[in-house]
Order: sequence, then C-alpha cells, then structure tokens
Amino acid sequence: MAQTAEPTPAAGDREALGRALRSLLPDDAVLDHPEELRPYECDGLSAYRKLPLVVVLPETVEQVQEVMRYCAGQRIPVVARGAGTGLSGGALPLENGVLMSLAKFNRILDIDLLNRAARVQPGVRNLAISEAVSASGFYYAPDPSSQIACSIGGNVAENAGGLHCLKYGLTVHNILKLQVVTVEGDLVTIGSDGLDAPGYDLLALMTGSEGMLGIIVEITVRLLPKPMSAKLIMASFDDVEKAGDAVGNIIATGIIPGGLEMMDNLATRATEDFVHAGYDTNAAAILFCELDGTPEEVDADLVRVNEVLEQSGCTDIRIAKDEQQRQLFWSGRKAAFPAAGRLSPDYYCIDGTIPRKKIGYVLTRIAEMGREYGLRIANVFHAGDGNLHPLILYDGNKPGEFERTEELGGKILELSVEVGGTITGEHGVGVEKINQMCVQFESTELTQFHALKHAFDPHSLLNPGKAVPTLSRCAEFGAMHVHKGELKFPHLERF
Amino acid sequence: MSTDNNIDKELCLVVKQAAAEGTPLRLHGGDTKSFYGRASDGQPLDLRGHSGIVNYEPSELVITARAGTLLVDLESSLAEQGQMLGFEPPHLGAGATLGGTIACGLSGPRRPYAGAARDFVLGVRIINGRGELLRFGGQVMKNVAGYDISRLSVGALGTLGAIVEVSLKVLPVPVREATMRFAMPADQAIRQMNEWAGQPIPISGTCHHDGVLYVRVSGSAAGVDAAIARLDGEMVDEGAALWHGIREHSHAFFADDQPQWRISVPQAAAPLSLDGDWLIEWGGAQRWLKTEAPADVIREQTEAAGGHATLFRGGDRTQEVFHPLRPLLFNLHRNLKDAFDPQRIFNPGRLYRYL
Repeated sequence: MAQTAEPTPAAGDREALGRALRSLLPDDAVLDHPEELRPYECDGLSAYRKLPLVVVLPETVEQVQEVMRYCAGQRIPVVARGAGTGLSGGALPLENGVLMSLAKFNRILDIDLLNRAARVQPGVRNLAISEAVSASGFYYAPDPSSQIACSIGGNVAENAGGLHCLKYGLTVHNILKLQVVTVEGDLVTIGSDGLDAPGYDLLALMTGSEGMLGIIVEITVRLLPKPMSAKLIMASFDDVEKAGDAVGNIIATGIIPGGLEMMDNLATRATEDFVHAGYDTNAAAILFCELDGTPEEVDADLVRVNEVLEQSGCTDIRIAKDEQQRQLFWSGRKAAFPAAGRLSPDYYCIDGTIPRKKIGYVLTRIAEMGREYGLRIANVFHAGDGNLHPLILYDGNKPGEFERTEELGGKILELSVEVGGTITGEHGVGVEKINQMCVQFESTELTQFHALKHAFDPHSLLNPGKAVPTLSRCAEFGAMHVHKGELKFPHLERF
Repeated sequence: MSTDNNIDKELCLVVKQAAAEGTPLRLHGGDTKSFYGRASDGQPLDLRGHSGIVNYEPSELVITARAGTLLVDLESSLAEQGQMLGFEPPHLGAGATLGGTIACGLSGPRRPYAGAARDFVLGVRIINGRGELLRFGGQVMKNVAGYDISRLSVGALGTLGAIVEVSLKVLPVPVREATMRFAMPADQAIRQMNEWAGQPIPISGTCHHDGVLYVRVSGSAAGVDAAIARLDGEMVDEGAALWHGIREHSHAFFADDQPQWRISVPQAAAPLSLDGDWLIEWGGAQRWLKTEAPADVIREQTEAAGGHATLFRGGDRTQEVFHPLRPLLFNLHRNLKDAFDPQRIFNPGRLYRYL
C-alpha cells in the first residue's frame, strides 16, 4: 500500500511551491508566510498542531481542479479544510503538504422548495442552510452542536450527526448529490437529484470519508418541513443508571423522540453556570426528551413519555412552557463543550458509541477509570443513539497530564468497542483515534480500507495518514499496549 | 422458519478456492430477484444455508441476521415486537432472503418518507474476493470509523462481496394507517404529492396510476386522524392490499410481457413524454414505464430530466440494463471492483458488462 513518509520540508520548498501555486491562483489565494499559515495549524482538536507548507484558498471549482492537477503531478499531499471545527484532527495539515481551505465556497447556489433540496457550496455554514429556508417552513435536519460555525462540506466529510439524528438521520441520510474533484483534478457527479443513482452507492462512501477520497466542491442537501409542534421534557434522576434505563424504556414504547439527550451532574452544573437555563443541578443526570410532529401526536406522546419517565424513577419532570424556554433548555446542552472549558483549562472530548442498553454500565466504568487516572470527566451525550461524549478535564500545562488524558481517552474508546460499539459516532477518526482503529478492526479489514482508498487515490495524496492506520502502526500500537503507554520507539513521530 | 446455521467458514473456503481457480460465482438466495440486473453466469453459490437471527433486542431498534434468513421470518420476528423494516422491502417472491434484499437494495412505497434500504443498514459482514470474512459498521446507530462499506454493499448486486450478515435499524409499526384517493391527472398529482411532502403531514406512500392518486398516511391515531381531515380525500378500504400489490409488483399494472423500466427522476420532475403505460410512485421519484421504446430514447429523456433509467424486467438483458456511467465514474467503479474482488469472481457482468 502507498504510504506517505513525512520528511521535514527543505528550506526553499515552501517558497517554490508558493510560487508554483501563484501561477494557478490569484496571489491572495496562496499563503506561504509562516505567520499567515499559523491560523491553519490545527482544527478543533488543538492539541495537535502542524504548519502546512502552503495554504491555498481557491474560490472556483476550476481552481480546485488546477491545484489538484498540479499537486498530483508533483506528488504533493493535499488536506482539505472546511471551517476547521472538526474534533478529530481530520484537517490537521501535513508539513510537506498543501492545506486547501474551502472557506471561499460560501454560497447557497439554489433552493428548490418543491423538490425540497438546496444546492450549496461546501463552505456554507450548517445553520445558514436552515436559516435560508426557515421562512418557507423548511430546515436542514442534521444539527451538530457546532452548527453556527461548522461548514456543510466538513459535515459531509465527517458524516456529522447532531441532537436530532435518532429520528432524522445523519448527514448521509440527508444529502442527495455531490460534486467531487478527484485527486487527478477531474470533476465527478456522485448521487443525483432523484432519490438514487446508478451503480455503487458512492454517495454513502464519500460521506464520512474524511477528505481521503476526493475534494467535495458542491453538495445538494435534502430539506425537511419543520414539524408543526415540538415539546421538550426535562427529567431529573438521582442515579445515572436509572436515567440510562429510562432511555431504553422510552424507545420501547414505540415512540421515536425528535431528540433524546443526557447530561451528568458535572456537565449539568457547568452548563447551568454558563447559560442559566434553570437546570436541576442536584440531579445525578438529566434527560432531555423532545417530541415533535403534529400537535395531536405530540400531546399524546407527551402523556406516554411522562408515564414512562415516572415509572423509570425520575425525581422531577419539567416541560418547556413555550418555544423560548425550549430553546433555552437546549442552549445549555448545545453549549456543553464551551461550558466544560470553564471548568478546566483544557478538555478532551471522546465520541464512542455504544448499544443503548450499556449506557449505565459504561458510565459507571468511565467514572471508575477517571478516578484511577485522577481526572474529572463530564458526560454529555446523544442518549437516543448511544453516542457518548465524555469530556475529560485536564490542564495541558501540567507535565504529563495531556498524555494521561489521551491514554484515558483511548481506554474509554476501547471500552466502547468491548461492549459492541464503535470508537467514533460522529467526529471521525482523523489523527486522534487512529490507534484505536487497530482495536476495532482486524488487519484484513484495514487492508480492505487501504485498497478502497487506493481505488480513488493511488498515490495516497488526499489527507494521507488519517483515518486508517497502517498495519505497521498497529503493530507498534500493540507494542505500546504492552508497555503501558511508554512508546517503544520514542524517536518515531506520533500524531 | 429459518434455522440457526452459521456456515461462514465454509463459504470463505468456497470463495478462496474459486478465487484461486478464477471460477466465477453466481451468488444467490431464494432467486426471487434473479431477473434483476444483467444475465450473469457462474457456479451457483447458495447463501441460504447461512441463516438465522443473530441478535435482536427491540429496545435497541436493531436486528442482526445472517444473509440466508428468510425475509418473511425476519419480518414476523419484528412484527411480534411491534416493529418493522422501515424501507418496506419488496420480496418479489416467496423465498426472498435478507442477503438478496440488501444486495439488490430495492425499497418499497415508504422509501421517500422513511428512507431506503441503505439508510437502515448499520453494519455488514461480507466475504471479499480473497475469501476473507470482514466486518464493517456495527450494531449502533452512529458509526463513522472507517469507510462506509456497509452502505456501499447495498445495491451492489453482490459484485463487491458476498453479504453474509446484516445489521439493520428497525422502526416501530405505526399505530394506524389510512389510504385516500384523489382523481387527478399525472402532472397535477406530481405537483400535489410534492406540495404535501413539503408540509408536516405523516405521508408514508404515494402512487399515481390511471388518473388516480393514492396517498397513505401512517402514525399515531391522533396524527393519522388529523392528516385525514387535512387531505380530505376519498377513503380507500383495501389500502393494505393496494400497497402490497404495488410493493410486490402483483398489481395488475405489472402483469405484462412488455419490457418494464424503472425511471428515477427528481420527485417533482414533470411527466416524461415517453409513450407507454406509467405508474408513478415515491412522490414522483420512482416511475414505472411499460414500453417497447428503444433504450437510448428512454435514457436520453430520463437523463434530460435529471435522472437515470433501469430496464427492470424483460427486454434484452445481455445489453446494459442499468443506466450507463460516464467514463470517470465507471473508472471508479472498476477500481472499486478490483479493490474488493481482484479476480472478478462475484457475479461478473451482473451490474455492468465490464464489472
């Protein structure tokens, strides 16, 4: 398989590449002074930083094609970047590569309400799509917490989820068509304006492929009519396991809530300090259950869910009295990450997904592990999907604390796999979870992933080294396990 | 009942040997959909022996079963728990298996409103062309670890690998369903279906045929009652039989020897001016056409409307039956085929002649 070593770029490489790319792009679309490159050295996972050789900011599809043709010809790796809000280091630059920002692709090109579709450029913000069609009664369903800032191109690259995907699906369920520039600079259409396309389902394959198969330059998303009514119930529990069980009990009634979210006590207290939503800060856990549909359906479901929550042993139930309060209740949940940032100088977010029935067990184990490592953990998660987001609180200035945090994070992911889940539900593997891929997959499976990448990118130039580990890396990681985190070859570069 | 029988090791050995000898294999289950795709020869590899539900916990909304499990058995297990497959898969015959259903990737009337087969697939086990048993995806709702080979396998007609196990998201059975009819011509029906779909009405099926639009609504009792009042159509008593007939192609429209085309276009696309009998489904996104018109004329018109045309049943099955791909896209398909099945032993030519 093609592997990309990452030699330190020789002096003059940067200048030469910058010059070459300026012959293809407007001058201001090429950045090659180290101080201009600094803002691109990391994405939302700021613990990992690298300066790219050059940053390009193309604004037309033709420019993207030109850059790809040049880079493919010169065998220069390219990392695509949307808004840079990703949490797994998927847009971490390569020191010997080009970082391609798609920020200038920020236009909504077409809205077709009868077909309930919008054609947008990849740099359009997630929330901007819903805002553009809101007055007509529509919205774009996937709503990651970062939706104010994150771009739709990045959402496709990571198969982003959000608070409402149990009922309305992930990005993969809500897009119809992509325009993709291949590694050789060719433009291909994937998917269609209909509900399916001939041949293999490349639309699904591209979604969540972390920029490793092509550069997405246009997306057609599905629009949904806004539900007539939405009501939010907030239930307190004095025990995390009871709250976890309540999740399964709600699903067992045959009701699929629009959103089903949970926060533990530490997360609740942090967000309450942040947004003053009136959360029950004494509860061990609070469960958010949103019901949506026609007013008749919502009222009927509300009665049923109330009963189930009471039978599940909740200590308090509150129903948002109006739309304003509903938004307020949600605002804390959506602000859980920045709120955690106020509890601690740094935090590290984990993204394991587990079968719902294991929620109670896994939360108990996570708490034990936190004690073992001497680190505090706040839990916020998409309970309906079993998608956990433990936030490990640490101080990066204390020697060894980040390394301990990373190791604990890895252990939590391995626990997710052990109970039948996955290391990442919606944030992607990136550089962050690449070692845990060795735990989740067999070498034959990883080899199949590499072969698939090779089908699109034979010289491994698109975001190389991310998402799928090499077999030798896994062998090394196995050795690391034996040595309890002490690297066997400390001189080897770690991501 | 499908018996609980795991023969994955044996299947791997058969595939390994076929790969070593370069013997093409014709993967099959109940052969209910063997008419679909291009004619393809090969040594039959029957997957029905690999059967049984591996895991089903209703509160997880997930079921995992082996490929040879009969679709009727799977659906009756779900029905016992008040659940169902959200994509309402067509069986197209008594012996339909789960593996064949996923490999063909066909979906029923609920597709535009609830999702397609691929939307409900959470994970698969496949045997690739090297005879290796591989697991992708899983049994959880969200999983972005590695490329989405699970969904890539749906509708690939077995050309990338033999699907041996599938995990699916399932849905609760709606408490109530009702069907209404509205007399109107096709162009008006297409517009109407899409206007309604743009409103929060719990529509779960639409079909236009012979000057009549049929609309099914599903959901809670209160939600369905509200929808009936809102749409205000003439109630259809035998709604369940109607949708069953459309899904299973036992509807009178399909009882015909003429070539049957599946035209997939944007939902609101105006009626195409191709001669023949039409039955329009999926809010306009899936249109069935019985015609003797030449393939290139059908494809040209469909493409102009932003869609693709499949010779679903009948006609010349030695030619391409799926819409030909543009060269760049075809190259990606060929590269993918080589990545999964380098000896090209799985269902050669079934999807496209050179695949």
